[in-house]
Amino acid sequence: MAFVKNIVIAGLGGQGIVKASDILADAALRAGFDVKKSELHGMSQRGGSVTSDVRYGERVLSPMVPPGEADVLLVLEETQVAINRPLLAADGVLIGPDIIAPGALRNRKSLNVAMLGALSAVLELPETAWVQAIHANLAEKLHALNEQSFALGRDAAVKGAVGQ
Amino acid sequence: MTERLLLSGDEAVALGALHAGVRLGTGYPGTPSTEILEEFDRLGGRAQWSPNEKVALEVGIGSAFGGARTLVTMKHVGLNVAADALFTATYTDVEGGLVIVSADDPGMASSQNEQDNRHFARAAGAPMLEPSCSQEAYDFTRLAFDLSERWKIPVILRLTTRICHAKTVITPQPPVQGLREPSFRRDIPARVMIPAFAKPAHHRLRAKLAAIAEWNEAQGPLRIDEPERAADSPAKAGSPQGRQGRAPLGIVASGVAAVHAREAAPDARQLTIGLTWPLPLERIRAFADGVDRLLVIEEGDPLLVESLRGAGIGAEGKPEMYRFGELNVARVRRIIAGDRTPEPAPPVGKPPELCPGCSHRGVFEVLRDLDCIVAGDIGCYTLGVLPPFSAMDTCVCMGASIGVGLGLRHILPEEQARRVVSVIGDSTFVHSGLTGLAEMVYNPPPTGHVVLIVDNGTTAMTGQQEHPGTGRALDRSPTEQIRFEVVAEAMGVQNIHIVDAPRSGQTGAQQLEQLLRTLLAKSETSLVIAREPCVLAAPKIRLYEKAAAELRQPSSCAADIAD
Repeated sequence: MAFVKNIVIAGLGGQGIVKASDILADAALRAGFDVKKSELHGMSQRGGSVTSDVRYGERVLSPMVPPGEADVLLVLEETQVAINRPLLAADGVLIGPDIIAPGALRNRKSLNVAMLGALSAVLELPETAWVQAIHANLAEKLHALNEQSFALGRDAAVKGAVGQ
Repeated sequence: MTERLLLSGDEAVALGALHAGVRLGTGYPGTPSTEILEEFDRLGGRAQWSPNEKVALEVGIGSAFGGARTLVTMKHVGLNVAADALFTATYTDVEGGLVIVSADDPGMASSQNEQDNRHFARAAGAPMLEPSCSQEAYDFTRLAFDLSERWKIPVILRLTTRICHAKTVITPQPPVQGLREPSFRRDIPARVMIPAFAKPAHHRLRAKLAAIAEWNEAQGPLRIDEPERAADSPAKAGSPQGRQGRAPLGIVASGVAAVHAREAAPDARQLTIGLTWPLPLERIRAFADGVDRLLVIEEGDPLLVESLRGAGIGAEGKPEMYRFGELNVARVRRIIAGDRTPEPAPPVGKPPELCPGCSHRGVFEVLRDLDCIVAGDIGCYTLGVLPPFSAMDTCVCMGASIGVGLGLRHILPEEQARRVVSVIGDSTFVHSGLTGLAEMVYNPPPTGHVVLIVDNGTTAMTGQQEHPGTGRALDRSPTEQIRFEVVAEAMGVQNIHIVDAPRSGQTGAQQLEQLLRTLLAKSETSLVIAREPCVLAAPKIRLYEKAAAELRQPSSCAADIAD
């Protein structure tokens, strides 16, 4: 099959997992790729574990990332790292919440976008696509804060040499 | 450049309905269908929540009889509620297109069962379309209206969770033009189903289905993917030999299973069926003749494979273990390999729970501490079954709390009967609890009964939708509000109490506990309404109420003049 990039975003209900995957999928769409994303809504979102799958490439078929085939596993909550690790491919990259230093964010609610910043360091999507996607998916009053968080996450990943 | 949109299947259906000229959308919220009507409203369409799916479909039938294209949405179990209307609506002639969305939930992400609603197409005689991505959800919505109007028959668009909630790329088409204006045209034999008219109507239905099957054979939405290797080979690509050669493996699939299958078996030849009832059996037979092994990949019950075998097409199905839960690429690979070994367990995450500060918490603490036998119902509060509450003993379907509670009361020894309480949410009460309340008044058990409405002012579980008890319509505009205590009084319930739902572990709990003790000791019929807005919805409810107040009183000047 043609090239497909598989990303799984994991965390707990209320952390903005779905919003993060919306932004990622939108950025990939803006970069010209075929995109599919999938997660479960409803009861699972009442504070329980949440994962969202995003796949992009020339042509994407199934909307779900097969277990053990995630190129990147992005986890927003420490307790969710171990249970989701089996989703990651043998040569996949794990990005955990410890990449963002405690207290580094002005608003902890923007952790999801900071984590996308870290993710952006290992994906080859143009920065303009990310910025446009953040703007399109968040209210205008949140743009500045989230752009800062995104940059912070990206810097942290570049300095920490994620995926090397 | 053509417009590319990243839409969920639900959003794509809403856009397709808008572009198909739908004049009215009705439904009842239910995961994974809820977002369709919300999006249709956001796009400027006219959408309404009905008290339940049966009423939604009945309103839809009337609208279609009046000549308007009409969309009716519900989750799979909702179609059970609407089935009475469905099974006779297919006998009638609709004037405007009538499309019913059934959003199934294989794997039960947020449902009480994983019934396969493909059965309904066969049982009710309704054509069924099954998209495999958002583009097809959009295209098939538009096609469904065309088919419905051409043959004057309700059409079911069957989605599943991974179609409804997966976002995929779509390119929309220009909206339809030139639909006729709604206007009443009398056609008594086609719409009044007394036996004299229903007998010929049944024959007409079968003739319609035969004609649609013929259309499906000739030009139905059906796709054949050739083996990738053959297609990639320069010698064979596009050549007649390359296309007509036998393939070792042929797959027949529909819906989301089709994209899983294509990914799992790129070297197979694959037939993906869009209109899955009535089936294009001759095209499938021709496809089967060109492959050595014909395998049906379908989620849920073995319906498609049995239909093929019934038509004399030798097809292989999946092992029984794959009837349960959703399919995915890994499971399809196992089906192709005939692998019956136990599957690896999926990651066990943190289970859902009632939100911190949820108004249901205090109620279930009281029910637990009183050791009540709780007949429960469908909603967020079903989570009262989990620790630390473990305060629910039954949950079957919408509204069942009241009937099941009454049944327990009738039959249990008195000391147990007196502990039975029916717990039901506000939206669920309007959906299916009113008839249960009538039953309680009509056939009261010797020990009486206690019904507890946990009223959090919204349809919380599905994402905070309005219902007839909130006083607001789907678009949040003010409308008449049904007051449960007034209804209960009119029905003849003997004791009616309204209390604040207690805060978890706080003093309000003693009040509710004392009230329940008193009512459980009486041999009378009682309704307790425990009120406290959903903690997630409360800020929004305050905004809606403020907007409604401003609407009632446009400006302080006007108020001054009125004074």
